[in-house]
Amino acid sequence: MVKGDPTLLMKLRQYQVAGRKFPSDTDPNPVIYRMRIFATDEIRAKSRFWYFTKRLNKIKTAHGEIVSVEEIVEKNTDHVKTYGISIRYETRNGITNMYREYRDTSLCGAVGRMYQDMAGRHRARAETIHIISTTALNVSSKVKRSNTAQFYNSKIRFPLLHETVRAPCKSLRSVFVSGRPLTRSH
Amino acid sequence: MAQARFVEIGRVAYVNFGPESGKLCVIVDVVDAKRALVDGPTTGVTRQQMPFSRISLTEFVLPVKRNQKSANVAKCFDEHEIIKKWNASHAGKHVASALRRASLTDFERFKLMVAQKKKSLLVKKEMKKIKPKH
Repeated sequence: MVKGDPTLLMKLRQYQVAGRKFPSDTDPNPVIYRMRIFATDEIRAKSRFWYFTKRLNKIKTAHGEIVSVEEIVEKNTDHVKTYGISIRYETRNGITNMYREYRDTSLCGAVGRMYQDMAGRHRARAETIHIISTTALNVSSKVKRSNTAQFYNSKIRFPLLHETVRAPCKSLRSVFVSGRPLTRSH
Repeated sequence: MAQARFVEIGRVAYVNFGPESGKLCVIVDVVDAKRALVDGPTTGVTRQQMPFSRISLTEFVLPVKRNQKSANVAKCFDEHEIIKKWNASHAGKHVASALRRASLTDFERFKLMVAQKKKSLLVKKEMKKIKPKH
């Protein structure tokens, strides 16, 4: 469901991956483990599922099978929500836990933004980040970070003080312009 | 000097960059410091996030509630006749003329140059009457 400019859309999708060990004589009905994985496509989702299952449940790809991979599509992306994401990531010297908040219309968008944010602020690459939990914060009192709380406001109002002047598209760009740009917002 | 225009829910904005450029939309909510949730059901802008760098605020504000449904936004937009007001406004006319200028053919540019020359000749004539040669 593509809405709007593709360069502005989030690439991450959320998948529910379920897998188990191969059934054997000793264990004819092995436990099925289910995970919610954020990935750009199914293949990466499956791969990440095995990454976690190996670490947590002692099942390797060679010993197990994926039972189902289903995309979890966000029901309502028509309004902005605040998401709290708990993560654990590897720093240069050890492992840290973090809780971060993001505002976005969808969970996948917020998670994508989290990865970009962690890369920018902490140089943490996506491979080293484990998402522990995600919550949609529906009550303003649950929002912990003042940065996100200030936008959780039904009467929000602020001026855009500095406007960058830009041609509507590359072909209309001119190398030389007669006057300086006007950056005030009217 | 006019006051700064505010980003607020209901502010009508003009998209100045990207595939939706040239269209009007309404700010329905603010995502964060850099993005707004905009909607323009009657002008062809699907409800989506848009960075503030891509929109220019107009002087019009609609009485739209936060996260109002697209259908109601459309109703409000039509009731207040924003498109008509925009086309009649200074900024709207400037945008329309800029688009026209960008789409001129070489012959049309020639015709424009000839018309410009004629106009400046008339202006100079009148100026001579007011300010005689020293």
